[in-house]
Amino acid sequence: MSEVNTASPGQIEIPPRVSEFRRFYRVFLSRGVVTFGMAIVVAFLLTAAFAPWLAPYDPYEQHFDKLLQAPSWQHWLGTDTLGRDTLSRIIIASRTTLMVGVIALGIAAVVGMILGLMAGYFGGLSQAIIMRIMDALMAFPMILLALVIAALLGGGLRNVMIALGIALVPGYARLMCGQALSIKENDYVLAEHSMGASSFRIMLRHVFPNCLPPLIVMITMMMGMTMLAEAGLSYLGIGIEAPAAAWGGMINDGYSRITTNPILSFAPGIAIMLVVFAFNMVGDGLRDALDPRLRGTI
Amino acid sequence: MATYILRRLFMAVIIILIVTVIVFLAMRLLPGDPILMLLTQSDLKQLTAEQLQILRHEYGLDRSLFYQYGDWFSGVVKGDLGVSIRYNTSVTSEVLRRLPITLHLGLLAFAFGFVFGIPAGVMCAVRRGSKLDAIITALTNIGITVPVFWLGILMMYVFSLYLRWLPTYGYTSPFTDFWLNTKQIIMPVICLALFPVASTARQTRSSMLEVMRQDYIRTAWSKGLIERIVIMKHAMKNGLIPIVTLSGLGLGGILGGSVLIESVFAIPGMGRLVIASVQNHDYAVTQGVTLVIATGIILVNLVVDISYGWLDPRIRIG
Repeated sequence: MSEVNTASPGQIEIPPRVSEFRRFYRVFLSRGVVTFGMAIVVAFLLTAAFAPWLAPYDPYEQHFDKLLQAPSWQHWLGTDTLGRDTLSRIIIASRTTLMVGVIALGIAAVVGMILGLMAGYFGGLSQAIIMRIMDALMAFPMILLALVIAALLGGGLRNVMIALGIALVPGYARLMCGQALSIKENDYVLAEHSMGASSFRIMLRHVFPNCLPPLIVMITMMMGMTMLAEAGLSYLGIGIEAPAAAWGGMINDGYSRITTNPILSFAPGIAIMLVVFAFNMVGDGLRDALDPRLRGTI
Repeated sequence: MATYILRRLFMAVIIILIVTVIVFLAMRLLPGDPILMLLTQSDLKQLTAEQLQILRHEYGLDRSLFYQYGDWFSGVVKGDLGVSIRYNTSVTSEVLRRLPITLHLGLLAFAFGFVFGIPAGVMCAVRRGSKLDAIITALTNIGITVPVFWLGILMMYVFSLYLRWLPTYGYTSPFTDFWLNTKQIIMPVICLALFPVASTARQTRSSMLEVMRQDYIRTAWSKGLIERIVIMKHAMKNGLIPIVTLSGLGLGGILGGSVLIESVFAIPGMGRLVIASVQNHDYAVTQGVTLVIATGIILVNLVVDISYGWLDPRIRIG
């Protein structure tokens, strides 16, 4: 705010103060595409929550008299090689996508945050060691790193979540380290120090809350990426086990039937695209809304 | 500048060393006995416990971890990445055979990222709010959203199976049959280039918008310079610097994407090699490929950092 006032003495244009929450809300929903994204995210969350009730058929039940059916009124997206209803499988697979996305990002955010805070706050040797290791991890392409870690851990959905989590840690560590480095220079941190506050208290009560806005933006922005990576891994056959459904795995299953039943591959891909797009848009909207340069205006 | 380059070089060496430690430890931290991973299932059945002990000694697995790392590392430095248990061939020669294929596709995709991404981003920034901006922005949003392997399958369906314009999959060396090779790599390269093109366009747009707000651009306009000069000579010089730094990350994305795309289009590159090695538990190969890819990315980032310092003097001092 002070910048605006001191920029040019002759200027009297002081933006009207608006409550933080209303400003956030207004900027966030100012773009139609963000609202659209938010609607899809909500729909996706509801679908995942109520998947077993929403699915028109049992997604695991095999009907050998109804193999590879084309879309019809009974089966909107047709049936797969085992006669299972494709739509029901897409609906139930939303749970896989959501679970992997949330847990992998949760692991990454917590571990990355702690490492980044420590690196940035203490600086010196601990920063050098932590951040060089993060740099080294960043040298591996994310999907490759997750693939190798998941394979080493022995596959399975749980290990895919851990693997993706580890692969995502460096990004968060870097962000938090940068934030902590700049925030610890503030006078209020110095004041806390001189009052005898412990490092732990300062980190938790002062540095951490101030790192939150960019962290929230990054988590939302990375949600789409994580879901794409999960789809990639399950496409390669890593993570998901036989009867369970994942969108990437469904694309791979459908690939072998592409000449006769292309919808088996196409439909789950559209589901991935919609959800990833929605999270990206919400991330964009959050970034705009939490941009400190716009704070107090609009 | 010299100290800057030296510092960067030193840093890159350290990071590569850490990468080797990570790659080495990842294989050793595996649950189970490393000797079991070095032998095929059929070998295992025929060996007695004593023979296993002898083998363990031969491979140096009975020595301390530190020694083992040193052993492995001295081999790596000499270009020896170990032996594939699956094919019983040298990992180095396998990697060298496949690396050119992945690089061929990857570098084309990388170049497309700049060739199409930068002009698209600049156009959006210059004509901010126009129809063109809206269309390109929407396309880039879709571009960073599409699962590339799915796009590959979709394109294969349309262009190979339906229209029959392009071969479905496979890879022929361009030296054997250049025309066939070109037809074969069109779809994979488009898939690989999609993300770099879209993300470069987005970054160019936001970075150019940032620059266009600055005072020196206003000065350039008020001097009465024509738009082309303001954009090309003044704005782009600073606006494109961040794109250079992020290109290193883009390369990582392309190499990651090639893991998926090579498997869709049955291209015998590094990506397929790493998947096969993971599926066959051929860990020496996994180790070799990941090490080569990570080292390559670090070296590219080193070049990027140095050129960044050269382009932007503020960085050198910081």
